[in-house]
Amino acid sequence: MTAPLLEVQNLTVHYSARHRRIPPLLAVDQVSFTLHAGETLALVGESGSGKSSTATAVLMLRRPQGGSIRFEGHELTSLDERALRVLRPGIQPVFQDPYGSLSPRKSVFDAIAEPLRVQGRWAPRTGPARVAELLDLVQLPGSVAERLPQELSGGQCQRVGIARALASEPRLLVLDEPVSALDLSVRAGIVNLLTELRDELGLGQLFISHDLALVRHVAHRVAVLRRGRIVETGPAREVCDAPSHPYTRELLSSVPGLDRLPTTSPPPAPDLS
Amino acid sequence: MTQPLLTVRDLRVGIQAMTVVRGLSFDVTAGEMLAVVGESGAGKSITAQTVLGLLPAGTRISGSIRFDGQELAGAPQQAYQRLRGRRMAFVPQHAMSVLSPVHTVGEQLALAVQSVQRLDRKAANERAVAALDRVGIADAGRRARSYPHEFSGGMRQRAVIAMAIVNNPDLVIADEPTTALDPTVQARILDMLDELREQSKMAVMLVTHDLTVAAAHADRILVMYAGRHVESGPIGRVLAHPRAPYTAGLIASLPPREATGGKLPAISGAPPAPEALPPGCAFAPRCPAAVDACAEHEPQPQQIGSGHLASCHRVNELPRRTTELYA
Ligand SMILES: Nc1ncnc2c1ncn2[C@@H]1O[C@H](COP(=O)(O)OP(=O)(O)OP(=O)(O)O)[C@@H](O)[C@H]1O
Ligand code: SF4
Ligand SMILES: [Mg+2]
Repeated sequence: MTAPLLEVQNLTVHYSARHRRIPPLLAVDQVSFTLHAGETLALVGESGSGKSSTATAVLMLRRPQGGSIRFEGHELTSLDERALRVLRPGIQPVFQDPYGSLSPRKSVFDAIAEPLRVQGRWAPRTGPARVAELLDLVQLPGSVAERLPQELSGGQCQRVGIARALASEPRLLVLDEPVSALDLSVRAGIVNLLTELRDELGLGQLFISHDLALVRHVAHRVAVLRRGRIVETGPAREVCDAPSHPYTRELLSSVPGLDRLPTTSPPPAPDLS
Repeated sequence: MTQPLLTVRDLRVGIQAMTVVRGLSFDVTAGEMLAVVGESGAGKSITAQTVLGLLPAGTRISGSIRFDGQELAGAPQQAYQRLRGRRMAFVPQHAMSVLSPVHTVGEQLALAVQSVQRLDRKAANERAVAALDRVGIADAGRRARSYPHEFSGGMRQRAVIAMAIVNNPDLVIADEPTTALDPTVQARILDMLDELREQSKMAVMLVTHDLTVAAAHADRILVMYAGRHVESGPIGRVLAHPRAPYTAGLIASLPPREATGGKLPAISGAPPAPEALPPGCAFAPRCPAAVDACAEHEPQPQQIGSGHLASCHRVNELPRRTTELYA
């Protein structure tokens, strides 16, 4: 077996209270998991269970109070800012709000070009070609390049966000509820794009979601978080079809109406009363 | 058949230069839950607010909105004020938009009671506590003395529902009442609404973008796209045998229950902006069954089964299993 892309051990995140007397809030408590290239690991759990705090630590946007985060063999928690700057492009986020993660005054072209410029990978000739290539990778027509985010639909905007993340040539995507703010009829298209990119580019994906039906579809493995701790982890189908922890069962039972959704039984004869 | 409580016919709503609801008809019967499903911009919330008379002056409304026999389209604000909070009530998406941060939850509920009925403070307080109890807030007498910010998100949304039901309305219109909450809390609140409905014959019009929520709780569904009717009917029938291509696409693109992995059937493109609607059927540019004629006329709702209506020119020519259009 190859070495994991990401190895998180005993991750601990607190938020200290404003008053010294109030003890800090333990948002992530001794969380451990591994993630391989080409694999999707889903983090599920109710609001406040520590999913986003885990994501924030993996992205090294906020240093955790304890534990270890190894990415491609490097211990991120012991690196200084300068060393992190070299590794950061390898771990890219995609957030829930497609508009909020793009600057409203920057064109699609500039939004995608920015990481290339910042990382010194921009040349007058190859730069624009790379932007065109990235737009193509997320299945957007080249004509959107000159538009501003507010001139795009939510789904198109999310594709631009993904293209921008891919510009850094990441090996790991951290996806925090990447489709839950999107229009119903465009979600499946983004889900398909994310799984295609994973399979084609061999990306690892840490996929945070409330939607267990979706998780069952996209993830290889699932970790269920409750109050900052992992209460159950395993292959997505096993966890979703035969949960062993009562909390996972409760989460699953709150997915409404799945049994009333269509099955594969043939439709009845037309009723023209 | 009993007379519907609410009958909306050929409703059109114009805001500034746009027409956002474009000829919509539907009914709500006493005791039932109608789920109004569609994506952002489909006109769901505008329809809800029009029925409640909550739209700003300057909105153009035509068509008919009959509530228990009374015509509301074009009625003066006083007519709405007599109904709202008594016979019709609203539950918005964000609880804090109707709860005042400076009064206790109990005070706000008691005031709502006193605004429709002459009761002394003690009697109004009792009604307030009873309403909190009905929406499942434990230790309601004590919790009535809390301020909204002392409640969790789920409890706050329960308090808003308590505000809506405190005067025993006939119709509650809830606009995405649980989307801001996490799934376990959301499920408990919707179950609680079902119980209230059973106890009191109250009708609920639930605006949602979540088909699975509709499937679990509603009796009937109205699917909207670009301000118009797409499909409506008994929930089980519409979800199991959708006849309009748009409904079929929404259902086909849900992650399947059996197999995992692979590609999800997806609808191409994105919903149109209300200021740039395509001609004819608004779904035509994305529809796998579209023919040239679709771009010429707007389809009208046609009856295709008992209480089941679909708006599509080709409804009689589509495959029996319409989700195959997306295979
Ligand atoms: N910046 C912060 N300061 C203080 N407390 C915080 C901060 N961010 C998160 N928390 C708290 O940490 C805990 C875990 O939060 P986190 O955002 O990781 O949860 P989550 O699982 O992502 O929830 P959701 O599904 O609502 O996004 C919660 O109790 C939350 O209130
Ligand atoms: S009318 Fe035409 S375009 Fe519209 S849904 Fe039916 S087949 Fe598709
Ligand atoms: Mg979060």
